[in-house]
Amino acid sequence: MSLTMALVSPAQGADGGASEEVAARRRGRTGVGLLLPGAIYLVAFFAVPVLALLATSLYAPVPGGDVGQYLPALRWENYAAALGKFWPELLRSFWFALLATVAALVVGYPVAYVIAVRARGHRLLQGVLLVLVVAPFFTSFILRTIAWKQVLADDAFVVASLRWLHVLPDDGRLTATAFAVVAGLAYNFLPFMILPVYASLERLDVRMIEAGGDLYAGPFTTFRTVTLPLSMPGVVSGTLLTFIPAAGDYVSASLLGNPTTTTMIGQVIDSRFFRVLDYPTAAALSVVLMVVIALLVTAYVRRTGTEDLL
Amino acid sequence: MTAAPALELWGVRKEFGGQVAVDGVDLEVPEGSFFALLGPSGCGKTTTLRMVAGLEQPTAGAVSIGGRDVTGTPAHRRPVNTVFQSYALFPHLSVLQNVEFGLRRQRVPDARARALAGLQTVRLAHLADRRPAQLSGGQQQRIALARAIVNNPSVLLLDEPLGALDLALRRAMQLELKRIQAEAGLTFVHVTHDQEEAMTMADTVAVMNAGRIEQLGPPAELYELPRTPFVATFLGRSNLVAGTVVEGSGGVLGVEVAGARLQVPADRSAVSDGPVLLGVRPEKVRLSAQGEPPPSGSNVLGPGTVTDVSFTGVSTAYQVDLGALGVHEVFAQNTTGAPTSRPGDTVHLAWDVDFTFGLVPDAAAAS
Ligand SMILES: Nc1ncnc2c1ncn2[C@@H]1O[C@H](COP(=O)(O)OP(=O)(O)OP(=O)(O)O)[C@@H](O)[C@H]1O
Ligand SMILES: [Mg+2]
Repeated sequence: MSLTMALVSPAQGADGGASEEVAARRRGRTGVGLLLPGAIYLVAFFAVPVLALLATSLYAPVPGGDVGQYLPALRWENYAAALGKFWPELLRSFWFALLATVAALVVGYPVAYVIAVRARGHRLLQGVLLVLVVAPFFTSFILRTIAWKQVLADDAFVVASLRWLHVLPDDGRLTATAFAVVAGLAYNFLPFMILPVYASLERLDVRMIEAGGDLYAGPFTTFRTVTLPLSMPGVVSGTLLTFIPAAGDYVSASLLGNPTTTTMIGQVIDSRFFRVLDYPTAAALSVVLMVVIALLVTAYVRRTGTEDLL
Repeated sequence: MTAAPALELWGVRKEFGGQVAVDGVDLEVPEGSFFALLGPSGCGKTTTLRMVAGLEQPTAGAVSIGGRDVTGTPAHRRPVNTVFQSYALFPHLSVLQNVEFGLRRQRVPDARARALAGLQTVRLAHLADRRPAQLSGGQQQRIALARAIVNNPSVLLLDEPLGALDLALRRAMQLELKRIQAEAGLTFVHVTHDQEEAMTMADTVAVMNAGRIEQLGPPAELYELPRTPFVATFLGRSNLVAGTVVEGSGGVLGVEVAGARLQVPADRSAVSDGPVLLGVRPEKVRLSAQGEPPPSGSNVLGPGTVTDVSFTGVSTAYQVDLGALGVHEVFAQNTTGAPTSRPGDTVHLAWDVDFTFGLVPDAAAAS
């Protein structure tokens, strides 16, 4: 909309030259034409499904009908019922996603820093390191999570070493724990953290770091007052790209967790839809998940002052 | 005057992977002086400055600030501040926060008030809330200056701070810098490749070439008595001729130049026998028409042919072709209302023996 207006406005400023107006209108039409494929795609694959989801979340069971038979309705109680029953899984999802995001940031920021700042000028080294960062994408998400299951298994070396170091008690284990789920989430979304942080550190002018040192800031203070603030856009996009998919993830929790204390909302939605055939509850939970994420993201972006990203 | 020099360098050397950028520099910058480091691009000025700031570690030698050896001290513990060639203002902070930055790191109690006072010094207090990106180049330059001087450093390092400005702004900023230096009583080390800038601003100029200091002294002294062919041609212009010392008596050396006999005061010559390069500044030279007897105590070269006359109003520049001795320049003040010679005229060049200087010939002087 704004694009078309911008394209048309120059002609409005001119004193009504007919040919100019025609040209402007043609340019306006070109703009609309260029937007059309994207617009159609969004309507078909985003707007329609979201509306369908909203509608489904308000369906009512067919009176006396079979399991999985519903009628269009405006049954708002679906939301109260879904939240009343599944609020622990919903909260746990956000909690796990938060932990995984923090873990990915703590691990990913230094990696991005080394690639973008320390390896600057060594193009080959930078290239190799970046390929290593994205290398996990060459294998499927599920395979990698299954591999993690092996790594964290009771008889694998990680648990053995941790027991030996007395970090874990002798009967302690990692599989089927919250730790395993969060670690799996952090691992799976790590590249989504590293790449945006790398992109913003890559643009960082090292003379800024030197200027910090020149103005009496030690290495840590320079990091806190100069480097980190200047890489904030990357940190914000990285945390969003990690947090949002992690909150809705169900692969890590189902493969690395246990059925009682690590269930995430994605698993609930999955089983409501495909096993219990309770479509309205699944849809209501999906809507809640979307709305809460949208609210959290907006608040977060406002706080960090990086509105330009949205 | 008895206090230790603000800055001393002893045999400071810097190599980058075997390539020598700074080749054994010795310097002494007195407290409160305006010191200029002048040299062509790539001669090692920035590298020298960075070693003083602590942003680069010398391969050999020592740096001392206010009598304290700081060679191994990291940048943030050195009492120096830099105005960077590219300003390097923090884009995420306001102008005021930029200026306050160093004061806050040092936990100065009235940081805000002092930062505002610093902005007043550079006359930009009204821009305190802007971001650096919203300022013009000249304004950014002044903010970078304010950000450095508010910390009252023992030495303020300026790396071609006026390089990016247009000529008029450059001149204005040169005066402004001198005013601020005088008011604050700080020691300035100013890097530039503009010889006019170095001469108008500094008390002491060090001329640097290929990683070495060629000569160091007050601007007038460097100009009147250059000691190397590089200084003679980089700092102002010079007419140079190669000759051989043939006699020396009474404090004056006699030099044979292409059949002619010239003289140079012995204390103005770096050579007392053998090959010598004689020089004189173009504005010291007079043109004398053929047959006109030269005043006594003059060196005379010629005859030659005037090949070009450019009248600039204040003065006239003549190019005179002396054949085997090459083309020489003469600047004449416009005291008579019009140029006195025209292209094609046959003339002699004459100048006072006392303005002559003698240099060690080197490969570079051949051109
Ligand atoms: N980090 C570096 N790595 C390798 N060589 C360098 C480095 N920094 C400077 N040099 C080299 O050292 C020499 C001196 O550089 P320097 O930047 O000190 O010159 P400068 O006198 O400041 O020049 P300019 O007037 O162009 O700024 C140059 O030949 C340069 O290529
Ligand atoms: Mg430089």
